[in-house]
Amino acid sequence: MTGDPLFADGVDWGDIAVMGVKVVVAFAALLVATMFMIWFERKLISDMQHRIGPNVAGPWGLLQAFADGVKFFFKEDLRPANADPLVFRLAPYISAVTAFVAFAIVPVGGVFADEPGRQGTVTLFGKETILQVADPPVGILLLLAMSSVAVYGVMLAGWSSGSKYPLIGSVRASAQAISYEAALGMSVVAVVIVAGSLSTQSIVASQAGGVNTWLLLTTGIVPFLVFLISATAELNRPPFDLVEAEQELVGGFHTEYSSIRFALFFLAEFMNVITMSAIMVTLFFGGPAGPVFFGWTWLWPTVWFLAKVVAFLFMFVWFRATLPRLRYDQLMSLGWKVLIPVMLFWLMFLGLVQLSGVQGWNRIWVFVAAAIGFALGWALLAAALRAAKRNSVDDDAEALPTHTAGRS
Amino acid sequence: MVEVVVFAVAAAACLVGAIGVVLSRNPVHAALMLVMTLFGIAVLFVAQQAHFIAAVQVIVYAGAIVVLFLFVIMLLGVDRATELSMGALPAQRWTAAAFGLGGAAVLIWLVAAVDRLFKGAKSLALETAGVTDAGAGSDPTDYVADVSALARSLFSDYVYAFELTSLLLIVAVIGTVILARRSGYGADGPRADQPGAGQYSGNASEAASTGTSSEAGQ
Repeated sequence: MTGDPLFADGVDWGDIAVMGVKVVVAFAALLVATMFMIWFERKLISDMQHRIGPNVAGPWGLLQAFADGVKFFFKEDLRPANADPLVFRLAPYISAVTAFVAFAIVPVGGVFADEPGRQGTVTLFGKETILQVADPPVGILLLLAMSSVAVYGVMLAGWSSGSKYPLIGSVRASAQAISYEAALGMSVVAVVIVAGSLSTQSIVASQAGGVNTWLLLTTGIVPFLVFLISATAELNRPPFDLVEAEQELVGGFHTEYSSIRFALFFLAEFMNVITMSAIMVTLFFGGPAGPVFFGWTWLWPTVWFLAKVVAFLFMFVWFRATLPRLRYDQLMSLGWKVLIPVMLFWLMFLGLVQLSGVQGWNRIWVFVAAAIGFALGWALLAAALRAAKRNSVDDDAEALPTHTAGRS
Repeated sequence: MVEVVVFAVAAAACLVGAIGVVLSRNPVHAALMLVMTLFGIAVLFVAQQAHFIAAVQVIVYAGAIVVLFLFVIMLLGVDRATELSMGALPAQRWTAAAFGLGGAAVLIWLVAAVDRLFKGAKSLALETAGVTDAGAGSDPTDYVADVSALARSLFSDYVYAFELTSLLLIVAVIGTVILARRSGYGADGPRADQPGAGQYSGNASEAASTGTSSEAGQ
């Protein structure tokens, strides 16, 4: 199926039916999961702040997100007179569509084991199929492609509103997204180097042998940490939510949006949180891997997958409840001066380790060489940063004669 | 049949986007039309089983380069429809027409030459990958060979071209940083005649302007 997207070998209606069912189920499940996530976040935050949170609509306020959604539909759809009509309408759809598409590559279940024929497939309409919408050969690159296209949604929304705060918010957002995409992409490359494949299906299959084969451990924990930080920044979640810093920018890029168009942005944001959690589970935590106890064997992996995703969702909410927002320059220097150099080094190190496995080199010498390389690179980077800082201090001193006089 | 439909739709998107880039009065609309063209080309790559190239096309061109175009357009403030007819060079239309016709002639020659070269032969990618059976392209495992073939030719046969290109890019980046760097401010700024009490407010505006320029640099 995945290798024959153009039906060169003839059209098979069974394949098309399976695909249709999978798309519809994934779409509905993501919508429901988003509503659950909104409720989960509000309830959890209020618990952490000793409030009650939503408790009126439905049992434990479960229907609150549904009520909000219905309300959005009935609100007036405002468009500022200054806005660019076409682009203003286009932007929310770009955000929402990319959020949906990125989820397609996540395997949500299936028993992955070493024996052949148990590679995470189930049988549907007489077709053996995988429990994910699509497994394209480029696999995880689809995530990067979608997250780079998602920048357009934010950027065009801010620009087309014809207003200052949205424009500033969107310029911030896209600069942040582009910066952290580099670190995100490099941590994905680390996973690809070790797993030896771009396909999410193969990445999960390579982690099926228990916790010690999870890529969290086999890549060293560094790529996961970098991925976690850059994913938080990509999602514009606190502490990286400068995009909609209320105290500075009103609402950020979606200030001028109302009604269902605003709801689409909101939906995309929460859906991206779910997708990123699912991707982290897939890349680093074995995806649906886990012990099967009793009853339906095919159900357990999905249960494990959902449990891991909920753990990550909890962590994102926890971040929001506890961490203060970064300043813009701190954000940029964290991305460019810490995450990217660390990840570059780690990529070279992983490549060296892989090569030493192939060539049969002594592991100890490899580690010693890596340590020397790291020390050298770190010293060079530190020297460069110190020189840059000294130069900028000199500039300030020239520019501020009174200040210099007072100091000397 | 499906392949023909896919090709027709993608090619139509490419052409409409390309014409839109030229005809749009608004630079942001032109950039969006460019994105449409790039997506059409990515679909054409997928139709040729070159999935990796398609993904790179979307990530690099649509995801980074056009975003930077948009950045520059927004920061320069030329993001509203502008009248471009004035300020043309003398004989600009005729020169443009000549170049356009020349470009079209080269394109037609190129298509004819490539067509003659590959008619009935295996595609170059499959040959480098060492895949003997050209019909096995629909097997997903082939695709791994595709990526490794690309990597192998990039880092062996074309390694000098590859490294020289990266060197060129680094030189360009450093040159941009040096050109964009503010040197020796204070000579003509408001700072020189300001009393010491005002230095912090001056500082704040300075920080704001450097913030913008560093964003443009990225």
